[in-house]
Amino acid sequence: MGDIKLMKGNEALAEAMIRAGCDAYFGYPITPQSEVIEYLSREVPLRNTGMIVLQAESEVAAINMLYGAGGCGKKVMTTSSSPGISLMQEGISYIAGAEIPCVIANINRGGPGLGTIQPSQGDYFQATKGGGHGDYHLIVLVPSSVQEMVDFVKLAFDLAFKYRNPVMILADGAIGQMMEKVELFEQVPRATVLPDWATTGKREGEERRILTSLFIQPEEMEKVNLRLQEKYRQIEKNEVMFEVQNIDDAEYIFTGYGLAARICKKAMEIGREKGYKIGLIRPKTVYPFPYNVYANLTHKLKGILDVEMNAGQMVEDVRLAVEGKTRVEFYGRMGGMIPSPDEILDYFEKQFIKGGE
Amino acid sequence: MTEIKEAIEEFAIPEIRVDECLVYKKPSTLTDVPLHYCPGCGHGVVHKIFMEVIEEMGLQNKTIGVAPVGCSVFAYHYMDVDMQEAAHGRACAVATGIKRVLPDRIVFTYQGDGDLAAIGTAETIHACNRGENFLIIFINNAVYGMTSGQMAPTTLEGMQTTTSPYGRDVKTQGYPLKISDLVAHLPGTAYVTRQSVHKPANVRKAKKAFQKAIEYQLQGLGTCLVEIVSNCPSNWKMTPLESNKFIEEKMITFYSLGDIKVPEGK
Repeated sequence: MGDIKLMKGNEALAEAMIRAGCDAYFGYPITPQSEVIEYLSREVPLRNTGMIVLQAESEVAAINMLYGAGGCGKKVMTTSSSPGISLMQEGISYIAGAEIPCVIANINRGGPGLGTIQPSQGDYFQATKGGGHGDYHLIVLVPSSVQEMVDFVKLAFDLAFKYRNPVMILADGAIGQMMEKVELFEQVPRATVLPDWATTGKREGEERRILTSLFIQPEEMEKVNLRLQEKYRQIEKNEVMFEVQNIDDAEYIFTGYGLAARICKKAMEIGREKGYKIGLIRPKTVYPFPYNVYANLTHKLKGILDVEMNAGQMVEDVRLAVEGKTRVEFYGRMGGMIPSPDEILDYFEKQFIKGGE
Repeated sequence: MTEIKEAIEEFAIPEIRVDECLVYKKPSTLTDVPLHYCPGCGHGVVHKIFMEVIEEMGLQNKTIGVAPVGCSVFAYHYMDVDMQEAAHGRACAVATGIKRVLPDRIVFTYQGDGDLAAIGTAETIHACNRGENFLIIFINNAVYGMTSGQMAPTTLEGMQTTTSPYGRDVKTQGYPLKISDLVAHLPGTAYVTRQSVHKPANVRKAKKAFQKAIEYQLQGLGTCLVEIVSNCPSNWKMTPLESNKFIEEKMITFYSLGDIKVPEGK
């Protein structure tokens, strides 16, 4: 069993990064995730594991440092928050195109624009539907606890290398800032063997390695795209993760991800005490999205209430999942406001149930 | 070699004399792919002399290059070393990532003026300021070549381009940027030099500069930047010879050649 500690989400993420055998971190400070680079700078993992920590001159530089170091087959990670993640989008698209494994954490804050430093889930579309240019997907993991901030780092590196694809950990400012008990996994040694595709210096008698997303001939570019799409289909088939509670007798489903899912869970518990048969679906991956778990329940449901800390983004995927076979409604708060369980249940009783009659 | 063999057959040169006939060949560190550069362009010469240095120093298997957006984005088609293509302007950040995780490799970027001195200014200056231990090869031809002839940060005062068709007006479009002089002021840079390849003597000097820069990188002295004042006959709307004359009369009178900064005691 690993160490048990009381830790802030951002610091737990940083500690998990070191323990996962990460080779290099490149980042730029931005609230509400600056604790990550502060923790790493304080710990100096170079002394113990040899991990490099470098503060870049911008998020643009940080993501391109990730491209370079990740292209050498190393385990690399960066973290940022919404406006910083926006700046990284060009680089993320290049990374997806050149198929460089890496992990990017977005500790989501409120937008648009400079917005607010308070927690938000406004970057769901950006994370799951592209964000940068071109046809590509990130694998997107959505932790809803400090424990998952730890566990998902290790998982993210595994998935990144399994598929040679960038992986995003999409959390929000509250998960990053709150303190919870966590169990930390044992130190994973840093890799000593680098993958064959990595640019590490041409080997005697072998072809040189080229990492690029540039294919000027349309026939060739289409082939690359088809290969990427095939990879995404495999990811969709193999890597869907979700949690369900009380769905066997459920007439209603509360759903959400990350912090919103935790609040939904409490709202479900209060609702159950009042006699409402409510279940919970919490995606742990939002790309790939667990469409089937919703689709398989539609025949017995009176409706799904989707709760998010945005204007309604994941709800579009829930609606796609149920194909109009059950009612899907949305309740959300924006601008850094966090809905309370009572508020959700109040909406459920006064608006949602009535709307169905 | 195929061309040489064909010539041998055509002119019935006895096979035994092939080695005697071969007074010039391209380095083994360049591929057989024909260059896509325009006739008279300096890129081909720079590719050749730099890869000769890599061959002569026995570093082919230790070298990793970065080719960002610009005419030379396809440098990886020609240079027979491991390479990464980079986004426009980000070569120095990509090279930082590579060198930090593989510090015993020889790392270089190959960038144009728009890439290095406009969109990538921040990455260039900060890599130099951190003293990142790699080589920046900077091709300055005072114009955006790949996008066919727009004004570059290094375009000379009064010089015509498609976005300064009446000549660069420094009052509204800014002054030509001597970025090599700028980064030479930073403590992180070890060696900053400005060379050209428009005459054989200059080609030899430029090659020496590359040799020194790689030696300094092996010694871990800090960032080295070799600027090559080059030409762009196609976008300058000149013949190759006229473009070389323009280098001589206009370019190097403003971008003066020679070492700007050398490591202490060198």
